[in-house]
Amino acid sequence: MKKYWHKNLQYLFGLLFIWFVVSFMMGIVWAEDLNAYRIGNFPLGFWIAQQGSIYAFVLIIFVYVYLMNKLDKEHGVEEK
Amino acid sequence: MDLQAWTFLIVGLTFALYIGVAIWSKAGSTRDFYVAGGGVHPIANGMATAADWMSAASFISMAGMVSFMGFDGAQYLMGWTGGYVLLALLLAPYLRKFGKFTVPDFIGERYYSQTARVVAIICALFVSFTYVVGQMKGVGIAFSRFLEVPLEIGVLIGVGIVFIYAVLGGMKGITYTQVVQYCVLIFAYLVPAIFIGLMLVGNPIPQLGFGGTLQDGTPLLDKLNLLNQDLGFSAYTSGVKPKLDVFFITASLMLGTAGLPHVIVRFFTVPKVKDARISAGYALIFIAILYTTAPAIAAFARTNLIETVNDKEYDNLPNWFSNWEKTGMLTYDDLNSDGKVQYYNDKNEEFVNGVASEKGWKGNELVVDRDIMVLANPEIANLPNWVIALVVAGGLAAALSTAAGLLLVISTSISHDLLKKNLMPGISEKGELRAARIAIAFAVIIAGWAGVNPPGFVAEVVALAFGLAASSFFPAIVLGIFYKRMNKEGAIAGMVTGIFFTSIYIWYFKPQLGGYGTTEGLWWGISPEGIGTVGMILNFIIAIIVSRFFPPPPLEVQEMTESIRYPGLSSKKQKYSAFEE
Repeated sequence: MKKYWHKNLQYLFGLLFIWFVVSFMMGIVWAEDLNAYRIGNFPLGFWIAQQGSIYAFVLIIFVYVYLMNKLDKEHGVEEK
Repeated sequence: MDLQAWTFLIVGLTFALYIGVAIWSKAGSTRDFYVAGGGVHPIANGMATAADWMSAASFISMAGMVSFMGFDGAQYLMGWTGGYVLLALLLAPYLRKFGKFTVPDFIGERYYSQTARVVAIICALFVSFTYVVGQMKGVGIAFSRFLEVPLEIGVLIGVGIVFIYAVLGGMKGITYTQVVQYCVLIFAYLVPAIFIGLMLVGNPIPQLGFGGTLQDGTPLLDKLNLLNQDLGFSAYTSGVKPKLDVFFITASLMLGTAGLPHVIVRFFTVPKVKDARISAGYALIFIAILYTTAPAIAAFARTNLIETVNDKEYDNLPNWFSNWEKTGMLTYDDLNSDGKVQYYNDKNEEFVNGVASEKGWKGNELVVDRDIMVLANPEIANLPNWVIALVVAGGLAAALSTAAGLLLVISTSISHDLLKKNLMPGISEKGELRAARIAIAFAVIIAGWAGVNPPGFVAEVVALAFGLAASSFFPAIVLGIFYKRMNKEGAIAGMVTGIFFTSIYIWYFKPQLGGYGTTEGLWWGISPEGIGTVGMILNFIIAIIVSRFFPPPPLEVQEMTESIRYPGLSSKKQKYSAFEE
């Protein structure tokens, strides 16, 4: 049981770290520097701030759901 | 058909649809009324959550704000979506496992204290009322501009519709109506964006289109940067606001989203913990469809506006210009009497003394209210009347769906949290259901009245609503789940500190609320919209320090905290879920 919770916390910290780096660092703090690069016709920092970060948020949630459903099964704590 | 006939037709049809759905899904029990029987499919719940969340502000104002702010508009785009990550990872599954109806329920039980419950009720009521007034005002404006009925009648019609399906159906009626409203609003948002994208850059997908190239081969965003800079504004794709401020505002909006009671309560309506996790994901997908389209609309609209209007003869401007002038949301003042419209940044001194004075410009002549960008966009792009009518119906759907969700939180706070759990514990299920319906009726009437006589500071108070949600609920709930040792003393001290700090700061720096309204001396340059983040940090610190001086919570509470961490596990306390009590 303890193991289940610790694994959950590990997933949480990992994913929240990605969440923080993508939105706050790449989308705000580093955005101006990233604008030197381009993705298609978009300056990269601008694209991350107004598009990419939102896609990343969706992805993070679905990765978490997938990991947790697997973890629930492994430890037999899923709902019947 | 003319615009007004189209608007009446489309708005009338959608309203009939909402009422039809409401009658079909009438609520029979308190469980139906509060959490839609707890049996809503995650995809339907995702759509309902999206409609609930996206208000008149998201639909009508946001693209306009991004349009004028350029890069800095990202604070709204990220701020109002990133909170769902926090919801999905930190709150939704555990609150679903907890299995009660409301946020004050959780605070009251987890912190075994009526005081904590009452603090939570007051916060929930304040946040929700603030929000609902803004929605009603939005409904009134949409009616008065497009259906040419007086504002009061517009609000009255809106209130009437919400009244019917909220009182009749409770959460069940509201949820299924919101599913329909989501479809209406997203369709209405996408159609003009797709049309304009095709016309401007030949790409039907707005998300890609605003990175496309114009007919002459220059990328749209490069062109827009050039247009902006030629008029003395900063480049569209670079920010001008201090990064620290943008950082704090974004964080405050995210944390506020995760702490708003009408959003959190949605995760009580699904059958399982698993569904609560995935629901947040679906909700964010449905929200992201609008939020990734908004910056495209913003860029299209800005390009179109500058190209259509700037340095053009006033007498030759298209019809929409004078239509919007009549509403006072767009004003033109020919300062240098040359009969042309000069739109530029007259706060940029270098530009004013350089280019502007050379050309004989005597100040910016055009003032555009950011709220008209979405509504006027189809007209500016010369789209057919039915598209404009559709946008009006979409805006109404966004405002009504959010209003309904908020009204439900208000009525639940009164009938369930205040009456059943605090003042009249002996009330029967029937009595509670009747109280809930009476409470919602009163809430609708007060909201309607406030929509007709809006306090002048609605927009400012919304900042307060987010700040309060971020600085009060969010830490209390997160600590309640992840820190077993957290006791009532710590939680209450934290919430009270967070609320007081945040509201005093906002009051002090917002003139509209009767404070000093100075921008001098902002702490680290953080504007009032972003101070909720600091309030949240304070809340966490105070709560943890204070909790150390008092005994840990009773064993049964610790056991409950333990049990909400494991989806399939039930503790003694857990078995008595609220609907069987």
